[in-house]
Amino acid sequence: MALLEIDDLHASVDGHEILKGVNLTVNAGEVHSIMGPNGSGKSTLAAVLARRETYEVTRGRILFGGKDLLEMKPEDAACQGVFLAFQYPVEIPGIGNAYFLRSAMNAIRKYRGEDELDAMDFLPLYKERLKLLEMDEKLMNRSVNEGFSGGEKKRHEILQLAMLQPKLAILDETDSGLDIDALRIVAQGMNAMRSPDRAFVVITHYQRLLNYIAPDFVHVLADGKIVRSGGAELALELEEKGYSWAEADAAQALPA
Amino acid sequence: MRVRAGKGGSEKSMATATGRLEKYLEAYGELIALRQERDPVWLRQLREDAWARFFAKGFPTTHDEDWRFTNLAPLARTSFRRPAKGDAAIAAQEIETFRVAGAACQLVFVNGHFAPELSEVENLPKGLEICSLQRAIDCGMDGCAPEGCAPEGIEQHLGRYADVRRDVFAALNTALWEDGAYLRIRRRAVIEQPVHLLYVSAGAGAEIMTHPRTLIVAEPASQAAVIEDYVSIGDETAFSNAVTELVAGQDAVISHFLVERENLAAFNVSTLRLEQAHGTNVSSHSILLGGGLVRNNVHPVLGGEGAECLINGLFVGAGRQHMDNYMLVEHAQPQCSSRQFYNGILDGAARGVFHGRIIVHKDAQKTDAKQTNRNLLLSDNARIDTKPQLEIHADDVKCTHGATIGQIEEDQLFYLRTRGFAEAEARNTLLYAFAAECLDRMKEPAAREFAEGLIRERLHELAQSRKASAAAAPVESAAPAKVDAQSWEEVG
Repeated sequence: MALLEIDDLHASVDGHEILKGVNLTVNAGEVHSIMGPNGSGKSTLAAVLARRETYEVTRGRILFGGKDLLEMKPEDAACQGVFLAFQYPVEIPGIGNAYFLRSAMNAIRKYRGEDELDAMDFLPLYKERLKLLEMDEKLMNRSVNEGFSGGEKKRHEILQLAMLQPKLAILDETDSGLDIDALRIVAQGMNAMRSPDRAFVVITHYQRLLNYIAPDFVHVLADGKIVRSGGAELALELEEKGYSWAEADAAQALPA
Repeated sequence: MRVRAGKGGSEKSMATATGRLEKYLEAYGELIALRQERDPVWLRQLREDAWARFFAKGFPTTHDEDWRFTNLAPLARTSFRRPAKGDAAIAAQEIETFRVAGAACQLVFVNGHFAPELSEVENLPKGLEICSLQRAIDCGMDGCAPEGCAPEGIEQHLGRYADVRRDVFAALNTALWEDGAYLRIRRRAVIEQPVHLLYVSAGAGAEIMTHPRTLIVAEPASQAAVIEDYVSIGDETAFSNAVTELVAGQDAVISHFLVERENLAAFNVSTLRLEQAHGTNVSSHSILLGGGLVRNNVHPVLGGEGAECLINGLFVGAGRQHMDNYMLVEHAQPQCSSRQFYNGILDGAARGVFHGRIIVHKDAQKTDAKQTNRNLLLSDNARIDTKPQLEIHADDVKCTHGATIGQIEEDQLFYLRTRGFAEAEARNTLLYAFAAECLDRMKEPAAREFAEGLIRERLHELAQSRKASAAAAPVESAAPAKVDAQSWEEVG
């Protein structure tokens, strides 16, 4: 059974259709990259997978581990193992990072019927992961994302991924706005999390990140549909020829 | 017995005023009769002048700029009476739940009367003198002052700071106060644990009014924290009209905490007047959680160079609660700084007011004054009126103010939910984070812990009642979940 099966997904926001029939199957252990021009629906797809309510699914279905994902609230999806690394991580003043992460881990553990972590169990793990993402321990006592630089926010998303250990990690343009060091650190963190029971959907504009993480599949999303799929070599071809090539090619291959 | 009516008012206005103020006149007459043998001349004069002031002016209406957002008609039309001593017998265990863990001592007042049997004043820290104000005055008159107690300090300070001309509630309190606390913190004394003053209103089978009066004299370089705490036992209507004068001598470091957690039928007006000398550092923390109609006046006068004042507050209202915060910060000398931070959370049909007035006097150059009021409205029927008012008569000053009104941010809620927080829990976490901003500004561990417990409890109550109303009306509860992403609105 596939981990994620998206079948003819249509979604709109404020009555405006953005996804127009997306089909995608992701198996455990695979890394899929979704590329595409601005406005093609990449972030919408990520938001629908994370169960954002402002996006209305008008047609199609999504199965996650065989269960209907569209029936789940965001917290249920999270507890079932869906994780979204945000394109724009949200600042939450007044809630400490360590408290936030431990509460998140415990919410998920509780949902799965596991024992909650106390501070003694949590801290060593947290410190180890901070090291992996080359983040300062002082961050533990700061508020969630508050006063973080763009790069720190993105690293913090990967840190959460490393702590929460999801089955499916969706990275929404985690690479954009990162300098060379931060990109390397993010990629390193992600690679450390690759495992046969975990799948990644990496949304990106650029080949850059893919140089580090070598995806198994690359898909091109254009105007709300996946117009082309291939292996890692597709990303290189895209980098060279641009999206218009993929779109034009698709228009020929799949006349409307 | 001598009762004087207002000095100024015309006959007509006096007639209408008398009609509304009859019960107060009665109370004043009773009190004067009761105290004429005991009160020293200066105090009788103070009461008389204040009474004249109150009787001439009566209660303000919403035409009065300082009362624009608070209608006092429900207060004015209720016939309150003075509670007699021993009206309500309170067992010691009823007080237990209100105690503050780690307090240095506790004075308990029941319906305005000092209750020594419920108070804990043994083993006072060195340098702290504390007594019921009435006892201190009676001691002074009898010449039975315990060693070290100097009730003559009372004459020097009592009624010298609260403004009975401008504020009729201060006038009413000054005329009708029967008891309260007198604290003196000796020069250089450092009192680590907070002093707890507990004002209990307890069912007396009638609507009672009390006018607690507190005088805190902090001598130079002293340090202390005082918690003034208003609670109810039972659900009867009562009116507390408190005035506290806090006099901080040079370089004193003093924190004052006001906790309002009375029942929803309570009227509570409190006035904190801070007089700050050179180099003082004074904080006022107001935690308003209970009461039906609440007016919280905080009035610091920075009257010595380099004085600093922090005015920190949180108000949480639901149902039909009304919470009015009136700040008047006066910079009278150069190089002083003041910081005001007030956060409000309003649910149901609750209404909040933040009126932040800053006056910078002509000589107060290099003043640094800042004011921030942030509000969360949790329902469509909740309302906040926020109003900054800056009057600057010096030319080299820094004054800023800002206010926000918003709802729980949908982006933050979604972020927490994608990390596994259930919706209700995410909402509570965000509410608590907003409320907890005020806790970060409290530096006394015991007082802070006390405040934290009360805030958690209140937010839990709020969450429970939201849950109950959501269960009762599922259609209605779905509506506020959709919140505009641009929910914060800059109004300052």
